[in-house]
Amino acid sequence: MTVGPERGRLESPRENLGARRLGRAGFVGVVGAGVATLFYGKALSRVTSRVTSPIADATGLTRLIPSGGWRIYTVADTMPSFDRASWRLRVDGLVERPFVLSYPELLALPKVEQVSTFHCVTGWIVNNVRWGGVRFHDLLARARPLPGAAALHFVSAEKPYDDYLEMRQVALADVMLAYEMDGKPLRREHGAPVRVVIPEMYGYKNVKWVARIELVARPGSGYWEQRGYDRNAWLGRSNGYG
Amino acid sequence: MQRFTRTERLLHWVHAAAFFVLLGSGLVLYLPPLSVAVGRRPLLKDIHFLTGVSWAGAILLIVAVGNRRALAQTVREIDLFDRDDRRFLVGRVDVPQGRFNAGQKVNAILTAAFATLFFVSGLLLWYGERDTRFRLPGTVFLHDALMYISVVIVAGHLYLSLIHPTTRHALRGMTLGAVREDWARAHHPKWADTEPQRERQPAAPSTSSRPSSAAADGN
Repeated sequence: MTVGPERGRLESPRENLGARRLGRAGFVGVVGAGVATLFYGKALSRVTSRVTSPIADATGLTRLIPSGGWRIYTVADTMPSFDRASWRLRVDGLVERPFVLSYPELLALPKVEQVSTFHCVTGWIVNNVRWGGVRFHDLLARARPLPGAAALHFVSAEKPYDDYLEMRQVALADVMLAYEMDGKPLRREHGAPVRVVIPEMYGYKNVKWVARIELVARPGSGYWEQRGYDRNAWLGRSNGYG
Repeated sequence: MQRFTRTERLLHWVHAAAFFVLLGSGLVLYLPPLSVAVGRRPLLKDIHFLTGVSWAGAILLIVAVGNRRALAQTVREIDLFDRDDRRFLVGRVDVPQGRFNAGQKVNAILTAAFATLFFVSGLLLWYGERDTRFRLPGTVFLHDALMYISVVIVAGHLYLSLIHPTTRHALRGMTLGAVREDWARAHHPKWADTEPQRERQPAAPSTSSRPSSAAADGN
């Protein structure tokens, strides 16, 4: 009783003329292409961003959509806010002379600039970011690290975010504590006033809103490492890549 | 003329409601200016995740307890593209169409495929934060790309169902179930002409306005 009218309809000569089951094929095709994107999306995104980035830049959409690549990841309810007058950076732990640095004092340290590419572990990339800041060598000189200090513990003002880098890692030529991005003071969502920049590692090692640098004997597990991510987040050689 | 059963309408509106909650919470997570203005990322991640999971559960539940016979018939109709449908897709929108025109079929197929991909990539985003073996290189790109394409499709869908004068009557079918017969004859003649024979026979024992495909609708 139930199939009768349906069958009758499907067999109606006008409706069924040249009928093909393309719907299922279309569904399977789109899902298949999407699943392939899971594995090849990174290469694809380089192609599409070459097309979309200039459009977004030209139309001012860059300010709205993360076409250039930046996405803002946070772990707390609110982002720390930066007050120029009251902000302090504490450097302590295994050092001879722990100290507290004000923002003007930070700016007074020898300034370096570099252009480097930022890689997020989730796959997005921001090319050619212009950073300005200080090298750790210049920052730590004043504290005089003790011989046993082998790692830096970066404590973010965004609680409970923290992470670690080894002394020899922060000594790499392109690692800095940055307070400028693309020629302007670091914006709030990028970690104002200072963040770690280590271009050869994924973004989660580039701690934002750094409030305290504690020198320790060995690196511990930072926020994401406690959630299964690699402690040494080298590009292409960690977190399942490479 | 009855165009959609209660099961179909419920599926549509559950999907639509979930889409907009997911779009809203997703955009706050995704767009830097909104992320900065709203904050509360952990809460929004929970809302986004739980809405996605509830959406999938609700869809499965409706299919499980709803009018599966009517759904199966709808799927069959969407699956089949005849010569008129293919003509419609290349721009000849005046060729006669069935209960779904070819554009609606494409929309339904894309919606189903995108929902599947949204769900899979969303689960991978969520689980990849807990087990990095599941953090695939293109998950973020896929989820984002689906969003951009979906917004365009939904904008077109909203225009045709709410604004465009000749098509917006279809909204009545999706809210109340039935559409005017003259409208059905104008826009979906192959359905209107073959389907409800009983309606045009006043002496027929059944005065139901339901088409045969929905006659067994137990909902």
